[in-house]
Amino acid sequence: MSPEDGRPTPAPAPDPEAGSAPITVNVLTGFLGSGKTLLLKRLLALPDLSRTAVLINEFGEVGIDQMLVETVDEDVVLLQSGCVCCTIRGDLKDSMVALHGRMQRGEVPAFDRLVIETTGLADPAPIVATLTADPVLRYHFRLGNVVTVVDGIDGERTLDTYAEALHQAAVADRLVISKTDLADPARVAALRERLAALNPTAELRLSTETSATPAGLLLDDIHDARAKSAEVERWLAAEATHGVHGQTGGGDHEHDAVDVNRHGDIRAFCLTAEAPLDWAAFGLWLSMLLNRHGGEILRVKGLLNITGIEAPVVVHGVQHTVHKPEHLAAWPDGDTRTRIVVIARGLDPATVERSFRAFNDLGSGQAASTP
Amino acid sequence: MCGLCGILGVAEHWTDSAGGAPGATASRQADRQHRARVANAVLGVFGLKLSDWMNRYTLTGPTGRSAVIDNLGAVWPMAERLTGRPCDPLDPAVIDAIEARAGTDRGEPG
Repeated sequence: MSPEDGRPTPAPAPDPEAGSAPITVNVLTGFLGSGKTLLLKRLLALPDLSRTAVLINEFGEVGIDQMLVETVDEDVVLLQSGCVCCTIRGDLKDSMVALHGRMQRGEVPAFDRLVIETTGLADPAPIVATLTADPVLRYHFRLGNVVTVVDGIDGERTLDTYAEALHQAAVADRLVISKTDLADPARVAALRERLAALNPTAELRLSTETSATPAGLLLDDIHDARAKSAEVERWLAAEATHGVHGQTGGGDHEHDAVDVNRHGDIRAFCLTAEAPLDWAAFGLWLSMLLNRHGGEILRVKGLLNITGIEAPVVVHGVQHTVHKPEHLAAWPDGDTRTRIVVIARGLDPATVERSFRAFNDLGSGQAASTP
Repeated sequence: MCGLCGILGVAEHWTDSAGGAPGATASRQADRQHRARVANAVLGVFGLKLSDWMNRYTLTGPTGRSAVIDNLGAVWPMAERLTGRPCDPLDPAVIDAIEARAGTDRGEPG
């Protein structure tokens, strides 16, 4: 891809395989000055990520990120509408479709991955929603990991001060604490603990000025057959580590919703169910919940035991958006309970749990009465 | 969902299927009828009724006004439009009603 600065770009030959498989989209986010662009530079230098295009967006009149990225990589298309938020979904879609079209026409080198680097103030959720809600984008692209960079020196203060920073961390699949060689180790440890509690399902990595950046940060995701199981195991480990499934009693349909932690009004908690769920009842419940409270549900990640389906079903979503369910070949830890980690803002876990249980009980009753 | 998808009927919502997993044996039509039955157990709380119709659904409100929708994901925005009130699964009154309905299905005294 050529930069939008008028520089001529040699025309590559059309790639016959271009457009044959969905292009994985990674959202790279993090607060102002957290080190997103440095991480991006490192990722783009990795051979495994050589077929990666980049979309960045400018913030206000000072395109600092743009200047840095341009020195690294020419494969940059700028969004012209400022901060990535709901109002520029059209721009984002247009840019992605245009980029894909240029690839298919052989005007730019073929790419199989697209990284969208947001501004420091952006909420990544609308980007995710744009990707999954638009039929054209959904056909050509699929969402990969959301990577959030958190400043190792200033991260705690930023989380305390800016709701945007909390949201960015809460929706992440991968959290990278930057500048850990420059920061006080105790401060990094505290930040690490805090992030692990805020978003227990995300993989957390430390980064220094010189540390290696693994391609797996982008490559290993829930859609990757080799990485899928490990990904889900981490979600479930988060649930186990935080002791949120300590159930008692011997009921055959028992659930828990226990606070893992709270950060301001953001809480991570886990819903569990012993007995298999009715898929229709679960879908009805979650779609109803997201219709009314999607803005508060920052992240949902779960492994479900569904009536009539032997394979464990993976469900995950960001705010109003739920991705198409995936399957695992087997239960990762032999535990066949349904376990769903929810990261939400301002919702009472006990009420969510009671609602979840009521719908599941209703579904079980309906399934039992099916002729 | 875009208008075109609605016209062509190709839109797929995550609630449509748990992923076509191995072991899933129920037919597509039976799945849809089951979904409608479960949905009606909840929608009845709001005076609404869902009917399976030509691979889509019709949602009928308490006044008889109805709308065609494609999937369970579209139920709730339309339900709120037809009833003129929020359909909140965290509303204690709604949970009470769902629990009562589930208890009735299990044969518990109401």
